[in-house]
Amino acid sequence: MSALPPYTTIGQRVWYYAFRVIVALILFFLIAPIVVIIPLSFNAEDFFTYTPGMLALDPDAYSLKHYRDFFTNPDWQQAMRNSVMIAPAATVISVGLGTLAAIGLSQSHVPFRRAIMAILISPMIVPLIISAAGMYFFYSRVGLQGTYVGVVLAHAALGIPFVIITVTATLVGFDRSLTRAAANMGANPITTFFKVQMPLILPGVIAGGLFAFITSFDEVVVVLFVGSAGQKTLPWQMFIGLREQISPTILAVATILVAVSIVLLTAVELLRRRSERLRGITPH
Amino acid sequence: MADQQRNDGFVVFDRVQKSYDGETLVVKDLNLSVGRGEFLTMLGPSGSGKTTCLMMLAGFETATHGDILLGGTPINNIPPHKRGIGMVFQNYALFPHMTVGENLSFPLEVRGLGKSQREGKIKRGLEMVQMGEFANRRPAQLSGGQQQRIALARALVFEPELVLMDEPLGALDKQLREQMQFEITRLAHELGITTVYVTHDQTEALTMSDRVAVFDDGRIQQLDPPDVLYEEPKNSFVAQFIGENNTLVGEVVEMHADKCTVRLADGEVFDAKPVNVQKVGDKTRVSIRPERVEYNKDRIPESAHTLKAEVLEFIYMGDIFRTRLRVAGNDDFVIKTRNAPDQPRLKPGQQIEIGWMPEDCRALDA
Repeated sequence: MSALPPYTTIGQRVWYYAFRVIVALILFFLIAPIVVIIPLSFNAEDFFTYTPGMLALDPDAYSLKHYRDFFTNPDWQQAMRNSVMIAPAATVISVGLGTLAAIGLSQSHVPFRRAIMAILISPMIVPLIISAAGMYFFYSRVGLQGTYVGVVLAHAALGIPFVIITVTATLVGFDRSLTRAAANMGANPITTFFKVQMPLILPGVIAGGLFAFITSFDEVVVVLFVGSAGQKTLPWQMFIGLREQISPTILAVATILVAVSIVLLTAVELLRRRSERLRGITPH
Repeated sequence: MADQQRNDGFVVFDRVQKSYDGETLVVKDLNLSVGRGEFLTMLGPSGSGKTTCLMMLAGFETATHGDILLGGTPINNIPPHKRGIGMVFQNYALFPHMTVGENLSFPLEVRGLGKSQREGKIKRGLEMVQMGEFANRRPAQLSGGQQQRIALARALVFEPELVLMDEPLGALDKQLREQMQFEITRLAHELGITTVYVTHDQTEALTMSDRVAVFDDGRIQQLDPPDVLYEEPKNSFVAQFIGENNTLVGEVVEMHADKCTVRLADGEVFDAKPVNVQKVGDKTRVSIRPERVEYNKDRIPESAHTLKAEVLEFIYMGDIFRTRLRVAGNDDFVIKTRNAPDQPRLKPGQQIEIGWMPEDCRALDA
């Protein structure tokens, strides 16, 4: 960052520093609640507070017992298994349907593209509680309420908007003359899709898939409505855990989920850079 | 150039029309026959329908009416990927996720060629455009001119009989463009492929083509070899579009088979060659090329028509002098004369006498 140029007025100087303070505050309010739970999850006591020992950095004040509890308690293990089963299944459905929808909606000859797009995106905009209540009544009627299939379908519906948005974004930069060139060289539409279009929009597809995965993995409202105790996921278990037996195991789980999210988002960023490199925009 | 006699109609447009909205025709009644091995250029301003014609030939657009034939077979119902036509796109359309070698390999793979066969063809294809060492690079690592060469090699590597080029040199700088013009014509003639080339650059059209089809308003205005096109334009659009041109507006006052007399608005009367005028009283635009007008008294022939002119601008361009004159009320009358030792240099405001031969004056439509 360069120094302020000599012609800046006092007002500009004040704003220059005020702007940085504001940005720092925003960042602090976003990050602090997440950061603060991480040390707490290593608490040796069964409380949600920093003990004097922790503040003095006494090794005895820290322990992995909450993590141990998470990995041994059958309730948590059941929730973990459900999450690990439901999230990937919902992701696969979201990615498949979302990618196809994005490709279809990017063709100029499709009628009512904007309206269809708005409807497909709506699960992201409509308050979750309304989607959840709607799904509950609908799924009860068709016998999907309280089944794995029901929860997977509900989460897939929540994940599809992310896939549509990310894939549409990559398709905007997609040069249509590439598919024409492929056709011209003798490739049929299916070969063209898998050899030319798919590799180029793959970063968007994967990014959308990761968002869909995180959505399902973190989701609590819909699963409370659509699922039953048999389908309880990690967030569900955390939610009832908070209500019934405030245990720092929740903090351990939260830390694990944050770590998973960071890893996944890093993967998204690396993919984005790769795709830019392929398109010839080299980041420096 | 004299290939017209053995035009076997390898590519034929037969009364082709194209409309995008069902009302306005972008291409109106196109009839065109391209001979095997011919280099034909479609030249015209943007919106003249030339690119639409190319896209119909490639199969990316369908003709609203009429037939397009390739080697005698109608191809209207054949999808693009079964036409076997090579194409170079305006923005090259190289696959960014593949190396240069993989780009060239693509058309061969979809045709089911074996690995050793493919490698041989790729190697020859790259050598043809002097890019032999670049097989492992990605398109983003190449310059515009290099990408252009790869696009060309990719369009030729599967040995199509017909290659289409859609303004392939538009994005290159002048020097590179001239070099590529030469290279493309050389390759096209060496390989004996039929080429349909689309451009809006008339220099490109004149230097590269066997024949040029000048498009305007969805129609071919003139279809001729470059020299005929330049020297004998059939209407005022072609005269104006190809090369530099002086236009004098007047009226036909006398009409013979190979000569007519034109009177300009200011009363000046002279003879011209009737091209696109029918009878006495017709309005006409007389076209005279800048290099066919002379102001050096020693060089104006006896039989030339002479008239007074005022010098408005004199530009020294090295090999030639470019002089802008006021002639018969027209302020944009340009003449070009060779820089010879005896050629006088002019000053703005000078009154001079200019002269031209009647056969260099073409009386065209108004």
